[in-house]
Amino acid sequence: MSDFISSIGLPEVIAGIMVLALNAYVLMGGADYGGGVWDLFASGPRREAQRELIASSIAPVWEANHVWLIVVVVMLFTAFPTVFATLSVVLHVPLTILLVGIVLRGSAFVFRSYGTYDRPSRQRWGRAFAMASVVAPVLLGIIIGALASGTVGDASARVGTSPSFSDVFIRPWLTPFSITVGVFALSLFAFIAAVYLTIEARDEPLREDFRGRALGAAVAVFVTAGIALALALTSAPRVAHGIVGALWSIPLHVVTAIAAIIAFVALIRRRYGLARVAAILQVSCILWGWAFSQYPYLVPDRLTIRGAAAPRITLELLLIGLIAGAIILIPSLRYLFRTFAGRAAERQATAHE
Amino acid sequence: MSDLFAARTQMALSLGFHIVFAEIGIAMPLLMVLAEWRWQRTGDETYLRLAKRWARGSAILFAVGAVSGTVLSFELGLLWPRFMSFAGPIVGMPFSLEGFAFFTEAIFLGVYLYGRDRISPRAHLLSGVIVAVSGAASAVFVVTVNAWMNTPSGLQMNNGRLVGVDPIAGMLNHSTAQQVIHMLIAAYAATGLAVAGIHAALLLRRPDSVFHRRALMLALAVGAPAAILQPISGDFSARTVAQWQPVKLAALEGQFDTRVGAPVRIGGIPDEDARTTRYAIEIPHGLSLLAFHDWDAVVHGLDDFARDVWPPVAPVHIAFQVMVGLGTTMALVSLCVGVLVVRRKNLSQYRWLLVALAIVTPFGFIATEAGWTVTEVGRQPWVVQGILRTRDAVTPMPGLIVPMLLFALLYLLLSAIVIALIRAMVRETI
Repeated sequence: MSDFISSIGLPEVIAGIMVLALNAYVLMGGADYGGGVWDLFASGPRREAQRELIASSIAPVWEANHVWLIVVVVMLFTAFPTVFATLSVVLHVPLTILLVGIVLRGSAFVFRSYGTYDRPSRQRWGRAFAMASVVAPVLLGIIIGALASGTVGDASARVGTSPSFSDVFIRPWLTPFSITVGVFALSLFAFIAAVYLTIEARDEPLREDFRGRALGAAVAVFVTAGIALALALTSAPRVAHGIVGALWSIPLHVVTAIAAIIAFVALIRRRYGLARVAAILQVSCILWGWAFSQYPYLVPDRLTIRGAAAPRITLELLLIGLIAGAIILIPSLRYLFRTFAGRAAERQATAHE
Repeated sequence: MSDLFAARTQMALSLGFHIVFAEIGIAMPLLMVLAEWRWQRTGDETYLRLAKRWARGSAILFAVGAVSGTVLSFELGLLWPRFMSFAGPIVGMPFSLEGFAFFTEAIFLGVYLYGRDRISPRAHLLSGVIVAVSGAASAVFVVTVNAWMNTPSGLQMNNGRLVGVDPIAGMLNHSTAQQVIHMLIAAYAATGLAVAGIHAALLLRRPDSVFHRRALMLALAVGAPAAILQPISGDFSARTVAQWQPVKLAALEGQFDTRVGAPVRIGGIPDEDARTTRYAIEIPHGLSLLAFHDWDAVVHGLDDFARDVWPPVAPVHIAFQVMVGLGTTMALVSLCVGVLVVRRKNLSQYRWLLVALAIVTPFGFIATEAGWTVTEVGRQPWVVQGILRTRDAVTPMPGLIVPMLLFALLYLLLSAIVIALIRAMVRETI
């Protein structure tokens, strides 16, 4: 443990803040994608009420939530430019699909909310929004799975030398393990969204709808995590080692498991506030578990945090910028969420005036 | 189509698509805030309706701007990974600041668009002001990156290798001031006159509408002064380019030979092989006067530079002519507006002016596209002037025509939808 602490310097601090920003993106932007998933699976007698609740919960916040992803990207190319370049080359195809998903999700959502009042075209935009909301999380998961398993790093060494396109640009990310991580990410985003929506909902039947969905998604998270772990043991040894081998991994997994159980039990007992706190802790621990499993690599096993770091002056200025930015952004974000917290139902009335 | 050309096309399409929404995102909040402020000051409900109308249209445009901007931040790596691994430590600084400005904008945009009934009118107006200011700040930082690509500073090279960086010096390069000023004014001029043009066209159909009269005056209050100021900022830009990017200046003027007292050309088609620009109206000594404020200044022609550092001359020259022509028209129409306003005339009684304003509606956006063609194509073959060639920056992934076509299709689709939606909204107000 003391080795770990003494290894922390400015590059590691910057990398840590980057994971923190990604964590924020997963908790906020991820939930917006999850909302789209539940729009796609809206069913039963309250199908339209479910969609209205999702739309009015997402509407004021999704653009701000989305900026966390841009923060991660900008930090990556500023502080670790060769990592950004390597990922962009090897993961060109999935990143492009992810972008198409991001563009369609955002555009279709505003086209539906603002564009038109006639029913058929609203339904069409709704479907485009919901489907794009499923695509993006799966691709994000695939990218992280491929990165963690080390195939991206291996492929980057073959750029320009391998004659096969798929050997460098397709096979590194299209593996059973990374696809499982993709489905896992989708389940996780759907889970966190359903948990938030139990609090956003104003009437009891609607809340019950999302309680059921949250419990279902929790099971999906558990099952896909199990499959991912099994696949990791057989085909992604670097992940398996990172998950079970490292010093910090056991306490982190214990906390994750406890948080998952608390969230599940709290949902069963309809303790929604507690469920939300536990779910946030669970999702965050999973993300940090991945980050620590790679440490000190950003691209296993090719680029380390230290080796890929930009010149010190750049990192120092970036850190100053991040602190100054946080001083402005944190109160602003608090204001945004307080203005709209738990008022989705009231907002429905005013959204389309 | 070569991979390099496919990558350049995709980047050009993405920037060309995004920039229209970015300009609207900079200027529209100012218009909405002005309308809301007038409402709070005068109590005239027309202004409140106007602020809400504009907000509804803008919400769509903001969102498309946000997602298309996200595409660009990824495309920097997807298409130009070697540019980013080289330049990231320097341009990362302005990009980070832009990220925070954009974040602030997105937060308060949510508050502004959805919070009208939950916060006080004063807080609502203030959140609109924050959106307007942070939108302009985003533009400042992004354009700073582009200025650095034109006139890089803050880096020490040794035998073609980067040995030291100074991100602050990089931000304060020779082109930053002129490009930032030119871009911001362009955003207010293009958006202001486009909105004014739409309401002018509606006034032609309904001359008695108080709503459209108020809208026209507010839009002109932003657009007309900007359009009148833009030629002055253009002069500053031209002189900076003349000093620090002489090849670009020669290309945009179609000037092949080096001359004392070079002429300025109106129109004309440059022929790179014959090394001459044909069919242009030449005004003697004009270029020397404009670029150096000196009747007999020496202007370096393209012949002074190796052929392999020439940009494609014809597109740069023609794009420059388009930008200047449209910008001049916008300035002249705005001057007419100014004269009538000073004489306290009611603009909506002048049909010829309303017709002129309606015709000018798209000019600012076309001029912006042309202006970016001048600055980007005019920098070729470099991605970072004099340091890194575009062909050395492109991704090694083959088959780049596929993503290029994919994004071309996506932008075409989104453009068609946005235009249809905005048209439908405009029709509702008739």
